[in-house]
Amino acid sequence: MIAIVDYGVGNLASLTGSLTSLGLANEVTRRPEKLASASHIILPGVGAFGDAMQKLRDTGLVPVLRAQAQKKPLLGICLGMQLLFEKSYEFGEHAGLGLLHGEVRPLGPDLAAAGYPGLKVPHMGWNRLDILRDDPLFAGTRPGEHVYYVHSFYAKRCAGATLATSSYGVPVTGVVRGGLVYGTQFHPEKSGDAGLRMLAAFAALSGERAGKL
Amino acid sequence: MVTKRIIPCLDVRDGRVVKGTNFTGLRDLASPVELARRYNADGADELVFYDITASAEGRALFTDILEQVARQVFIPLTVGGGINSLADFDRVLGCGADKVSVNSGALKSPALIDEAARRYGSQCVVLSMDVKRVNGGYHVFAKGGREDTGRDALEWAAEGARRGAGELVVNSIDTDGVRRGFDLELLDAVCTRARLPVVASGGAGSREHFAELFTHPGIDAGLAAGIFHTGLLPIPQLKAYLRGQGVEVRL
Repeated sequence: MIAIVDYGVGNLASLTGSLTSLGLANEVTRRPEKLASASHIILPGVGAFGDAMQKLRDTGLVPVLRAQAQKKPLLGICLGMQLLFEKSYEFGEHAGLGLLHGEVRPLGPDLAAAGYPGLKVPHMGWNRLDILRDDPLFAGTRPGEHVYYVHSFYAKRCAGATLATSSYGVPVTGVVRGGLVYGTQFHPEKSGDAGLRMLAAFAALSGERAGKL
Repeated sequence: MVTKRIIPCLDVRDGRVVKGTNFTGLRDLASPVELARRYNADGADELVFYDITASAEGRALFTDILEQVARQVFIPLTVGGGINSLADFDRVLGCGADKVSVNSGALKSPALIDEAARRYGSQCVVLSMDVKRVNGGYHVFAKGGREDTGRDALEWAAEGARRGAGELVVNSIDTDGVRRGFDLELLDAVCTRARLPVVASGGAGSREHFAELFTHPGIDAGLAAGIFHTGLLPIPQLKAYLRGQGVEVRL
């Protein structure tokens, strides 16, 4: 069973629907024993970093997630991926879960500095995924496929964890991994068939098979 | 870079997809859930659902359809029609919408845009406007294109952007349903006034119309209904053609 962490942010209809359409048992839950018995954990999220992190703390699940992330594959999606990092600079400075090295910064100033002041923020739409390092997560992914992004902040200083990026003036961190902890900045549950294949590949990972990065 | 988007639009009344010409003469076409599945398989980049029912029964049918689509279709869903309050945003977001499109409701109460952008983020708020030429200018029309508000469309686009809308859908009443091409003159004028993603709507009749549309760099997406629903222009063929023309699209 895939446990989807319920901490009161975002709409999970597409996520549960996509897993169900793949024939994957899933449950939206905030019960620690469910996260402990699950084979995989997904940390979803939309909204602002500080607010989401506070809500996650309020559920009491932060130590549970830290412990479970050593034992089974965990996938953070969009803001859920950003929460995996050490800190974010979205409306102030906020500590994240610290499961991956790196930080979350606003995209806008970097686009301007890179000579693309005309690019719109949020980075919203379908962008090509450029895979830098192969991984079992990409078992069903074909070269040059597009995935769906909606975000204004992005992960930086995380080269050690970065598996794939998408080009939007700057290389936008798209997929990250450290050990069993994975994250996608885009929404696989909104990325059509390519996204479904990635979710299926995530579900096919096991603690042992995923190995250590 | 992000791709140009092709967006089929499903006008839903009493649980069925309908499509009219110049906003009138509605014809019953198909089941929204079936059509949505077909477009998802065909590589549509997003789906837009407009609820054009007035009755409470129709609204309940619509939300039921939306829930079914959200469980089965895994591309972004935008929903509009009858959005007048934050409660309406909550209702459709709860059914699985990713973005909410406001039109008459925002004309009545422009602060709705600010409030929704603050609560859900700009990426969630789409300002949709129905525009028609009146006395040499562009006027915004309300109530599905039936009522001239007298408001200048370019001013309204700029105001929407200022208030926090994250995207503009510009539907030209003059070209809607006529299939002679998008209203490029209007679209260009809007692009100069609002630096937001712009979705062009009204007038698509051929693949060449889309290719021409995307030579205008300010335009992010082309939206159409009838030409897709009737099978006149299959989306896979349209996208293959556009890629051949050098337009970056998702295949």
